[in-house]
This record gives sequence, C-alpha cells and structure tokens, in this order.
Amino acid sequence: MAERMGFFTDTSVCIGCKACEVACKEWNDVPDDGFLFRATSYDNTGGLGADTWRHVAFVEQFTRQGDSWLMASDVCKHCTHAACLDVCPTGALFRTEFDTVVVQPDVCNGCGYCVPACPYGVIDRRRDDGRAWKCTMCYDRLRGGLEPACAKACPTDSIQFGPLEELRARAGERLDTLHGAGVAEARLYGESPADGVGGDGAFFLLLDEPEVYGLPPDPVVTTRDLPRMWAFAGTAALSMAAAVALSFARRA
Amino acid sequence: MAREEAVVPKAEFRSYYGRPVIKAPIWHEPHMPLYLFLGGVSGASSMLGAGARLSGRHRLALSAEVTAALSAAAGAGLLVAELGRPERFLNMLRVFKLTSPMSVGSWILAAHSGMTGLAAGSAVTGLLPRLGTAAFAGGGVTGPLMATYTAVLVADTAVPAWHEGHRELPFLFAGSALASAGAAVMLATPPGEAGPARRAALIGATLETAAGHLMEHRLGMLAEPYREGPAGRTMRAARLLTVTGGALAALAEAAAVPSPRPRRPARARFSPLRPAPRAARPPSVPAVLRGMPAVLRELPAVLRGMPAQAVLGGVSALALAAGAVCTRFAVLRAGRASAEDPKYTVVPQRERVSARESPDPTPGPVPR
Ligand code: SF4
Repeated sequence: MAERMGFFTDTSVCIGCKACEVACKEWNDVPDDGFLFRATSYDNTGGLGADTWRHVAFVEQFTRQGDSWLMASDVCKHCTHAACLDVCPTGALFRTEFDTVVVQPDVCNGCGYCVPACPYGVIDRRRDDGRAWKCTMCYDRLRGGLEPACAKACPTDSIQFGPLEELRARAGERLDTLHGAGVAEARLYGESPADGVGGDGAFFLLLDEPEVYGLPPDPVVTTRDLPRMWAFAGTAALSMAAAVALSFARRA
Repeated sequence: MAREEAVVPKAEFRSYYGRPVIKAPIWHEPHMPLYLFLGGVSGASSMLGAGARLSGRHRLALSAEVTAALSAAAGAGLLVAELGRPERFLNMLRVFKLTSPMSVGSWILAAHSGMTGLAAGSAVTGLLPRLGTAAFAGGGVTGPLMATYTAVLVADTAVPAWHEGHRELPFLFAGSALASAGAAVMLATPPGEAGPARRAALIGATLETAAGHLMEHRLGMLAEPYREGPAGRTMRAARLLTVTGGALAALAEAAAVPSPRPRRPARARFSPLRPAPRAARPPSVPAVLRGMPAVLRELPAVLRGMPAQAVLGGVSALALAAGAVCTRFAVLRAGRASAEDPKYTVVPQRERVSARESPDPTPGPVPR
C-alpha cells in the first residue's frame, strides 16, 4: 500500500472563490446540482451530496463581539473508520491503496444504506441514476501521480494535498502560528486519530465551532456500537423463541 | 453597530443555516416500513409454524407456514423495488460482511425465504415431506433472526433516534413481529385451533408496547421525534391499536372453550389433504364475502351465530396487524425527523464534548 494521502483544508485562507467546486465538477464530470437561490450568503449549493463533492460554506456572523465572514471548503472526510464502507452490503465501497474511500459505480446497486450511515452527511444517492456518489479524492488522478483537481485549482492553498502524516505536522505548525498571532478561535477538526472515526483523511482548520460550518461536533462511526447492537438483537431473538414456546405451553 | 439589535437570541445550539448535519434515510414509504412489517410477520410465523408442527397442531402449522412464505416473498419483492438499481439485487450476495447489517440481512432473507418457501410448498402439495420437515426446522431458526436483524439495520446508522434506540428497537421489532404474525395466523386458522397464535400475539403486543415506552423513556430529548409531528401521530395510533388488539386477544383467549385437541396416533403423518378433524365447524365467516348489502343485512345474524371468540379474535388480529404496520411507519418517520433537524445531531454531541472538556473555552467569534 502506498502512503496514506489526505487533504488539509485550512479555512483561514479560504477566499470563497469556489474554484474547488468547479474543478471537481469538471474533472469528475459531476452533473448539475440544481440552480437554487438559497439566500444563505454566497452559498447556493447548500451542502455535500451526490452531485456536490466539494462544497464551499459561507457564514456571515454579526455579533456583539464583532463581524466575521467565514468560508470553508467541505469534502468527504475519507474516515479511518468509515461507516459508509462498513455498512455497504455489496462491497461497492472500498478502501484504496491511498487509504481513501471510493464507490465503484459498476458494483453499487443503490441500496442507500451508506447515506444515513455517514456521520457527516456526505454521501447520497443520485436520483435519476440510482447509485451512491461522493468524492473519490480523484482516485484516477492519484493513480496517475497527480494531485486532486480541487487542491490543484485552489489559488490560496487553502486545500492542501499530501501524505497525511506530513499534513498533520503542517497543520499543527499553522495552528501554533495563528494562536501566536492572537487568533484564539482557530482549531483543528478531524486531525486526531483518537476521535470517534479514528481521524479523518481530510481534516480542517476552523475558525469557529464545527456545527457553525454544518459539521458534527463529535462524530462517531456508527459501527463502533455494532457488536452491542447484535447482542441486543440476539437477546430479542431468544426472547421471541421463549415467547413462542410459552404460547405452545397450554394445550388449547 | 445598529445591526446587532437585529441579532436573534442565541439558540441553545448552533448550526449552518438550520440545515441538517447528516443525510436523512432515503428509503421510501411504503416499501421500507412494509418490508420491516412483512419481515417480522414472516420471521415470527415460521417460528409459530415450527412450534405447531412440533406439538402436532397441523392446521395451525399449515397457516403459519403459508403466511411465513408469502410474507417473505412479498418482503423480498419490496426490498428489490427499493433499490436504486433493482436489476443489480444479486450484488447483495456478492460478499458477506458482518459489519453490514444489510449484508447479513440479505443472507438471512435469502435463507429464510428459501426455507419458508420450501416448507410451505411441501405442506400445501404434500410433496417431499422429508425436505419439508427440514425446511420447517430451518425456518424456525432463521425466523427470529429475520424478525430482529432489521432493528440492527436501522440502528446501525448515524440517525440519532435510531442509533440511540439500539437497545430497545430489537425488542420493539420482536414484539411487533410476534403480534403481527400471531394476528395473521389467527386470521388464517379456525379460532378453536388458533390458541398458540393468540397467545403469541398477546405476548407480542405486550412486548411491543413495553419496549416502545421504555425506549421513549430512556431517549430523553431524542424521544421527541417519536412523539411529535406525523411520526408522533403514527406512533400513538400504533399504541392504541396494539393495546386494543392485545386486550381483545386476551378476551378471546379467556372466552376460549377448552376444546381438547384431537388425539391422533403418534405415527400419523401429516397431510394437508386430510385436515385434522375439528370438534365443531366454526361459524359461516365466508358469508361475509357474499356481497356487501347482504353482509349489512345479515351482519347481526352472522355475529349472533359466531362464537364471541371468533369475533374478538378477528377484530383483535386486524387491530394488532394495523398496529404493527403503524409502528414500522412511525419508526421510519421518527428516524427521518431526527435526521432532518440538526438539533438532534448537534446537541447530544455538543454535550459529549463539553462533558469531556469542561469548562467550554470557546464562546463564539472573538473580536479582531
Ligand atoms: S465522510 Fe462519510 S462518505 Fe466520507 S468516508 Fe466518512 S463515512 Fe464515508
């Protein structure tokens, strides 16, 4: 297996140009996601989905402490413990040699299980096509030795691509720099292998709480509790057997 | 800064324009809840069938096994129709993954529908009795798995009202399965021989009601999706129907005339073509089918002619089955509601975070 590759999205330098959204659509031939005016600042895509694999969030906040305009490019997290991959019943979702998570469109039968399983609400089923789609971290480009289209197009290097270990070290330095410059609200999100999904392959530097960007504050891979769930179901199954035995205990 | 006057009082949680954090399940109505219902009916019916055959109740066994086979087949059809690419349904059997309740469930469904189909086929035609017996036994084993795996299926998601309900959902589904299978078999069996189905339905209704209450009690804030809006209304309808059906089943059981089961020589082979002799012929229920106006005219007479047990049993069965259907719809709707409101994702997770790192160090945007 090659080195684990990842994204570090440093939202403190994002300018909201959406070059990543466009580059992703172009390279991956992602269909149009509807022309909707949402009146949510400059955001008209709304969130990640089957037809939006990079999504730039815009948060305009006017508060007593001051105004802020946050921009952040969201993407599939390529989780270490990926719920979508765990629950996929066909094996269409698989882990690549770059330790990324990719759907094989020729295998997916559109069961839709990955959709509510993802703790970040990333993957979705395409209506007319019936299959699940999401970011592949440009698997084809990676195999050809190129960086993903979004990282390539990002003019400010807000999206950085590289070996995950290297990115984590770089993110730590960047955080120290920002804290040193008095940006106390800067924080890393998804960088820790100790979190509920074992760390994200695509992690972020944020300037506010994750939920402000539409990210879950403490995501957990649902399959962490699966052994316990099977145990409860097993007990319920045994109780059924007992109930049926009891029903037949009387002669009538 | 005149703008700050317009600031809305801070909600107890923050979100991105109130948009959901996770994606709601895309499974459709009625496919998905009906599949859950039919899977339960089929699973518990095959258990009733096995019990009936073991205790020599051949008429009951026949009803149970035919019910199990038909509902498994119908459920499988709904499942295929729910796929985005139905023609690829066999990809479900491409791998076996313990981490995927849907993969495990596909194998259970494949085994279960095969077993129940064989058993029912053999019971109806009288062909291949040995294979039929083996399939009967097999269906008795796959039955409880069939009825409970679906609880793990929904719980193993990021949907808050499902995931956090993972302790009680299997019992809710098990109870619902017993109640609805008992109901279906009651409807397909003369009341005098439906005793075990009635008792299973009664136990099931009790379990279903108790598990539902327990779940709502334990879920705290996450019980809201089960109580409010369309999901809440469906859940209340389910409760009412299930409790009513259960009470009627209990009355029917109490009204049961202790008609001794026909004694048969131990060696006798079961043949559906030679139905077990009955103590007394049940009332003319087919009269009901002779046309609506006639039914309306004759209804009082028909009812008077029917033993209380049959009427009670019939109404009870219909209420229980409807209750079980409502339960499954309510669970799907509650799950969806809990996914669509970011509150249910953000607040519990925020509480976890604050519990880990109190006191909260970040009070929002800081002046620059
Ligand atoms: S973010 Fe969601 S879709 Fe991406 S790997 Fe994790 S679970 Fe799968």
